[in-house]
Amino acid sequence: MKPAPFEYVRATQLGDALAALASDDDAKVIAGGQSLVPLMALRLARPALLVDVNDLPLDTVEVANNEVRLGSLVRHVRLERDAVVVRAAPLLAEAAALIGYPAIRNRGTLGGSVAHADPAAELPAALVALDGVVLAEGREGTRRISARDFFEGFLTTVLAPDELVVGVQVPVAAERHGASFREWAPRAGDFAVAGVAVVIELDAGGVCVSLGAAACGVGSTPVDLHEVLTDAGVLGASDVGDSLLRSTAQAAARTARGDDDREQLVGLLTAAALHDAFARARGGDASGTGVAA
Amino acid sequence: MKHRVKFEVNGEAAEIEAEPRETLLDVVRERFGLTGAHAGCEHGACGACTVLVDGAAVRSCLLFAVQCEGRSVQTIEAFGTPAALHPMQEAFRTHHALQCGFCTPAMVLTAIDMLAHSPNATETEIRAALAGNLCRCTGYAGIVDAVCSLAGREPVDS
Repeated sequence: MKPAPFEYVRATQLGDALAALASDDDAKVIAGGQSLVPLMALRLARPALLVDVNDLPLDTVEVANNEVRLGSLVRHVRLERDAVVVRAAPLLAEAAALIGYPAIRNRGTLGGSVAHADPAAELPAALVALDGVVLAEGREGTRRISARDFFEGFLTTVLAPDELVVGVQVPVAAERHGASFREWAPRAGDFAVAGVAVVIELDAGGVCVSLGAAACGVGSTPVDLHEVLTDAGVLGASDVGDSLLRSTAQAAARTARGDDDREQLVGLLTAAALHDAFARARGGDASGTGVAA
Repeated sequence: MKHRVKFEVNGEAAEIEAEPRETLLDVVRERFGLTGAHAGCEHGACGACTVLVDGAAVRSCLLFAVQCEGRSVQTIEAFGTPAALHPMQEAFRTHHALQCGFCTPAMVLTAIDMLAHSPNATETEIRAALAGNLCRCTGYAGIVDAVCSLAGREPVDS
């Protein structure tokens, strides 16, 4: 028994969870607990009250109006295996498969990963690449926050202390959608040194008409690479030949300039993910493989 | 404040009073004497405390016992007997997949969960699934061989 003592309440209704969160300045939400409990075991986190949200009806996957809406209690293992997620949001399925180990993925949740905001985490970067929306519920109502604005810094988000992430929303993968998440970790399942998510959409003529990209493990939040890839000429390209891959890699690497461990790595991962994304968009097979670079 | 928790441990209904900070690992070892779940790092890094909750492998050091209300918990003690080993235990025996035994119960449970979902897992997938369980005897080759044998894979040459 390593954590410091704390009080515990299990919420069965959203209103109860929000009230409990507001009742104590040192209250903390527990969902999967795969990041929080290690911090508590090391006594780096000492919440006075844990509000357990696992009984809330938020383990949901819905597709409507061309959006995939995922409840915050969807566990990584479900993102990885759920047929709807694999088809409609293949980048999230691929990213989830790269998180930790099976026992971690059996417990860890989408909302937990987003709210914890570890800069090395895969799902926040995937959400930024997808230009997704984080749905936060507070006592004043629901806020829809762009993933691009949600992450503020290391383990810090724009979420108020008494707000709860209840879900995320991403666009449904179109017909000629290609997504890829590449990362490098010294050992399978370890925190990645860096990772890059790329998602593109081609028109009927095979021209890239939409793109998103983000890196994890670099900087204190996910690094949005949308502009970098756009400026490098990926938008409007119909092929990713060596020269486009090389110039894009160089541009992406500059976002990690000064970080000797990551500068080249980010470039390589970006090129690899971009190459995958084009191949998958063309082949009509947008499903990820979950393999590391 | 202590909380009353009703759950199932190795097929039997159980009821305990637990402090919120008692982990499932603390409870299965100290209240139920199920010492097959091993306390290694106690912060989620080593995997030695793996048990099944509702059939899924989880780290029992990262789950508070109070969170197990209504859940079904299985430790290694629920699998096989010395006279009739579980097929995974038999495979571990055949392939010399254990040395000191500290990581073994968790390795076996992780492998059982994995093959339940991917009965024909490849060696690469098996290695990735077991990567979260540390064996400090470094006996990985035998462990991978054992799990491969049940996935219908030719054991690697070791």
